[in-house]
Amino acid sequence: MSKMLKTFRKGGIHPPEYKLTGKNPVKILPLPEKVTILLSQHIGVPAIPVVNKGDTVKVGQLIAQGRGFVSASIHSSVSGKVVKIDSIPDHTGYKKPAIVIEVEGDEWEENIIKSTDLRKDITLSKDEILEKIRESGIVGLGGAAFPSHVKLILPKNKKAETLIINGVECEPYLTSDHRLMLEYGEEMMVGIHILMKVLNIRKAIIGIENNKADAVCFLKDISSKFPGIEVYPLKVKYPQGSEKQLIEALTGREVPSRKLPIDVGVIVHNVSTAYAVYEAVQKNKPLINRIVTVSGKSLKNPSNFVVRIGTPVRFLIEAAGGLPENTGKVISGGLMMGKTINSLDVPVIKGMSGILVLPEDETKRKSIEPCIRCSKCVTICPMGLEPYLLMPLTQNGSFYRLEKQMVLDCIECGSCSYICPSNRPLLDFIRLGKTEVTKLINERK
Amino acid sequence: MSSILLTILSLSSIGIIAAIILFLFAQKFKVLENPIIFDVEDALPAANCGGCGYPGCKNFAEACVNSDTLDDLYCPVGGQETMDIVANLLGKEAKQTDPRVAVIRCSGSFENRPRTNYYDGASSCAVASALYVGDTDCPVGCLGMDDCVDVCEFEAIYMNRKTGLPVVIDENCTACGACVEACPRDIIELRKKNKNDRHIFVSCINTEKGGIAKKYCSVACIGCTKCFKVCEFEAITMGNNLAFIDSDMCTLCRRCVTECPTHAILEINFPPRKIKTDKENALMKRDE
Repeated sequence: MSKMLKTFRKGGIHPPEYKLTGKNPVKILPLPEKVTILLSQHIGVPAIPVVNKGDTVKVGQLIAQGRGFVSASIHSSVSGKVVKIDSIPDHTGYKKPAIVIEVEGDEWEENIIKSTDLRKDITLSKDEILEKIRESGIVGLGGAAFPSHVKLILPKNKKAETLIINGVECEPYLTSDHRLMLEYGEEMMVGIHILMKVLNIRKAIIGIENNKADAVCFLKDISSKFPGIEVYPLKVKYPQGSEKQLIEALTGREVPSRKLPIDVGVIVHNVSTAYAVYEAVQKNKPLINRIVTVSGKSLKNPSNFVVRIGTPVRFLIEAAGGLPENTGKVISGGLMMGKTINSLDVPVIKGMSGILVLPEDETKRKSIEPCIRCSKCVTICPMGLEPYLLMPLTQNGSFYRLEKQMVLDCIECGSCSYICPSNRPLLDFIRLGKTEVTKLINERK
Repeated sequence: MSSILLTILSLSSIGIIAAIILFLFAQKFKVLENPIIFDVEDALPAANCGGCGYPGCKNFAEACVNSDTLDDLYCPVGGQETMDIVANLLGKEAKQTDPRVAVIRCSGSFENRPRTNYYDGASSCAVASALYVGDTDCPVGCLGMDDCVDVCEFEAIYMNRKTGLPVVIDENCTACGACVEACPRDIIELRKKNKNDRHIFVSCINTEKGGIAKKYCSVACIGCTKCFKVCEFEAITMGNNLAFIDSDMCTLCRRCVTECPTHAILEINFPPRKIKTDKENALMKRDE
């Protein structure tokens, strides 16, 4: 049977899955004492604060306005008093502007519908929905945090044929999308219908990796109630959750280099984004919370939590049983693509899908050996690049050649660093090369 | 006998014909180049370091010959001496430029700046800096991963493994600026090379408020303006909680050095002071 399942053609790896929390229902985390809401939680221009120090805010109130086209508004995730508008260290340790709110009670904005009843009828028009999504500050919740309304406004001469909903969750450990599909499946389906209405298309495909068989069965069952939505199980392979790989797996179309999915008539959104769209359009609720997987083999109670944006990571780890003594790294995001966080006081942001606590012996990098030209990295690169070549080119500063080697196509999935038998830090240098080449291209303009 | 003669004749005639063709082509496609360019190039140090802003010595020589004045052109490796020779060759005036030397504006050694985490990623300052704040809390301090050492072509900079900070060997430094380019944190600065290589500079570029900067690093500039007030020559400017000493205005009187409460101002290559207070003893210790 599994041979019949679809997947992308080029490369890919099979890291161990470690889905420890796939069976645990999502818990709602209590409110912390203080939240820190970063003003740049999305790709694009940071939002501008519209509240002042000392103001009282309610849950869902706009506290920072998105500036320009590629930007997203930010709303208060708690009710209370604004105590500080200042720069605080984010997960990289560098200081970024943020708003700190002290929690007092839990008072919501009046127009937010708090009941959990399913509201299936879509009453708003296309433009009203789009405006609502923009106002609600929804960004891609899969991890990249690209403002969603930008993806939904199509360029004039392009036409979308298929909407792909990304429920792949190919990263080890992470189960937040998996639990969302099981527990909020119907709401998510309505969200998909809303997205289909905005894009004016009749066909949507949900792609789910086959290790989440319960989610596939459940969504297949309810999809009969939602016309136009199909559910496809996919063969397990990393990095299938990447936009371009998923499109290839489901439609067989390859997105050309430096082009967007819309150029092959496809729009991709994450399952969590679809759910956030449902809440924004049907319940007037802006993006103020999300599901975060807190996992790790050494943790006492790895779980999925519904977390308000801005909650400190320390609070989540305490709820999962506290930080184990032998912890080496705490990673924000998935095991493959996530980044180590510098301090446990960093806040949860919109794009943070997981917090992984890893013991010291698992996180130590092994000593770097010379490249033995085994070409494993070339074989597994899902974008068909040659990572072994890109690393020395970056080190030597040959950025023109790097550009010719299509370094900008790299999706930073980390498969090359994972597979390298010489433990070479391929992705670290490729990422640096990408920034340098981007600089070069911008200079040329 | 005749076959040998025939061979010689035929081969030499082929040679002569080929030579004529080559000569004609060389005449047709010859590139006229000012011969003085070669003379200028010979006078240059041939380091091809790019410190002058041109890709190599040849390009710099061309620029020297083609430009009207030598005001904007300076070879940091050869220095004033070389520029005078070049000016002589071209019959132009060479501008008087003070020789410069690179200084490291960070004193965050292992002792002064507590390490708060452990970095085991790719050993490159550029990679680490793009990734995160570094293994200390200071967002602008030296990362100590040899990017500047690797680019130096004159062996003028090495990494002191005891302090985790690079050290410039003043005699070797040509102020080509390669390390300045390579440093992702911009802590290397080219300053005037004074008599006996003496210089005084603020060895910190942190612009955070005093309390925060001090928490990162015990020898950070906290922007207290004490040095600014004590300087009689207006060589010190304050901005963003950070003092800066202009090397062109500084008279090397060393009053600011004793005044600095965090020992963020360094004096290099000075003879030892006669009377030593406890504070200065501590300072000497740090310099070692």
